[in-house]
Amino acid sequence: MTRMDAVWIRDYTAASALGLGRAATRATLEAGRSALAPCRFESAALSTWVGEVAGVDAVRLPAAHAAYNCRNNRLAQLGLSQDGFAERARARIAHWGAARVGVFMGTSTSGVLETELAYRERDALTGALPQGFEYRRAHNAFALTDYVRRVLGATGPAVTICTACSSSAKVFAAAQRMLAADLIDAAIVGGVDSLCLTTLYGFHSLQLTAPGPCRPFDRMRDGLSISEAAAFAWLERPSGDTAGSDVLLLGTGESSDAHHMSSPHPEGAGARRAMQAALQTASLRACDIDYINLHGTGTPSNDAAEARAVHALFGSQVPCSSTKGASGHALGAAGALEALICALALQAGLMPGGLNTDEPDTSLQVDYLTSNRRAALARVLSNSFGFGGANCSLLFARADGARAS
Amino acid sequence: MLSAHVLGVGVLGPGLPDWPTAAALLRGESPYVAVASALPPPAALPPAERRRAGRVVRLALAIGAQAVADAGVCTGNLPAVFASSAGDGDNCHEICEALASAERSISPTRFHNSVHNAAAGYWSIAQGCQAPSTALCALDASFGAGLLEALLQLRAGAESVLLAAYDVDDPPPLRAHGSVSDAFGVALVLGAAPQARARLQLSFTQAPPTRLTEPALEALRESIPAARALPLLQWLSRPMQGCVVLDYLPEQRLQLHLTP
Repeated sequence: MTRMDAVWIRDYTAASALGLGRAATRATLEAGRSALAPCRFESAALSTWVGEVAGVDAVRLPAAHAAYNCRNNRLAQLGLSQDGFAERARARIAHWGAARVGVFMGTSTSGVLETELAYRERDALTGALPQGFEYRRAHNAFALTDYVRRVLGATGPAVTICTACSSSAKVFAAAQRMLAADLIDAAIVGGVDSLCLTTLYGFHSLQLTAPGPCRPFDRMRDGLSISEAAAFAWLERPSGDTAGSDVLLLGTGESSDAHHMSSPHPEGAGARRAMQAALQTASLRACDIDYINLHGTGTPSNDAAEARAVHALFGSQVPCSSTKGASGHALGAAGALEALICALALQAGLMPGGLNTDEPDTSLQVDYLTSNRRAALARVLSNSFGFGGANCSLLFARADGARAS
Repeated sequence: MLSAHVLGVGVLGPGLPDWPTAAALLRGESPYVAVASALPPPAALPPAERRRAGRVVRLALAIGAQAVADAGVCTGNLPAVFASSAGDGDNCHEICEALASAERSISPTRFHNSVHNAAAGYWSIAQGCQAPSTALCALDASFGAGLLEALLQLRAGAESVLLAAYDVDDPPPLRAHGSVSDAFGVALVLGAAPQARARLQLSFTQAPPTRLTEPALEALRESIPAARALPLLQWLSRPMQGCVVLDYLPEQRLQLHLTP
């Protein structure tokens, strides 16, 4: 596997249950506070906890793009509005030229909630969906990417990656390839997934939702907590403007489980292969990694498979944690949200402890952190694994610590 | 410039049951008659998965199998790019109907089949392939987005890549809001190393897309996003030095310089 060209994360922001913007996200992680709460979403009658973002429905899209209105694009708009991300993106698009800026977004359900609601209002006689139902711009997976490129004014290559819970990790890899090929000078990457009944009732049908807040890597873990998030990053090739404290994407690894649609490979073979590929493309070894942000959903089988894969590659030495006890599982947005948590961790020297884990499962042979640990971090790994066995592992580093000592 | 060699082709669509038949039609050797697409059961899947596979999965697996057989490549370590303009409308319809009912009971299989990468997942299971796979969506630009991603994976070091682009028409009431008239899929095995087969080089252009002279085939190209690949297929049916332009995003199209 050939070494890849590094990518500079020049800017980033997020809106999730952890908070709106970088400072709020970091403050929640530093406080060790979980954003999960009993599910009160829409008409869902399920005993489970979720990470709902407050204020999404009060967001108004710009009038010119009103046809894109759906909860997912409202959450996207809320995310773009944080930390001045959209303003700086527009200025940089003007600098590079709109056609040289690509947009790569990950989502699993995009605006399906709109369709769920429309099905309650079908014409009694014809079965038709109500007037004004907008499939292409408010339901389809591309609706998110199309909204982001239009509202920011980027006209370069654009695509939605839709590989369930690894969607918005894989966008970093796709954007890296396009930057390396010099088809673009900058990429807006990210993930947006929002609460909907399909995922709430769907994960419930698979008996994968926890009745309380999720407890990743706990001996008594009993499922995941669904959440929602919008997370965005601006990527460029590193330049003389890249500061030492800036974060680089050094490696990407992708693999397939080839095992089952909704259960991970029991030995974590695909997860291991993805992490190995991330190390190889970065020309680094396992001992060069300071912290791993786990996929760590809190389902019994996911955490067991991931722990085996991590142990096989890293032994029990590398500190790791899942931040889903704090944020919940943002599904198609989880990869991007956790990539940005890794960027915050590198810049703040903070390994966020996993929350809700009262009794770590000792059969999982990894150094699982249950409280925050402060340490200078140089290189970290972020794992995202999805249904269909779609795995992605991303390797990030501080620019001043990118190469192993 | 991004480039690739076309090692194998698979196609399935209305009046186009396989690549040899489609190639003869595209060369004008026989008249095109648009009969509804017939999707074969996915023979490569284990029985349990076979029963669960809907039309989208059947189409994707059928064209993928055609293309790898035509290319004569081993699938055990072949990366795969799947692209579709929409999701699985049959599955989405069933879930939305269930959620609109009092019970809201969704079957677990329906739910895990609802992911856009269901076909990619079933393909990797059927082939026992742990190489990377991805699933893309870009509405009408989906074939172009998939082709770009496949060529970029070759540039990044893959020896060969499977690209499968496919669309299946929605059931009512979604059908009134979608843009797909029937099932159509195209798969290509693309290779990096020089081969005896046709070579394509890709660049962006503002030029309009290449159209097909046969009106019924041109209507097919316009009515199904995956069929935007038809000008490339027509060229592959009778390779000669030339250039075709494929539809992509509203702001740009993909120009392919072709060498037999």
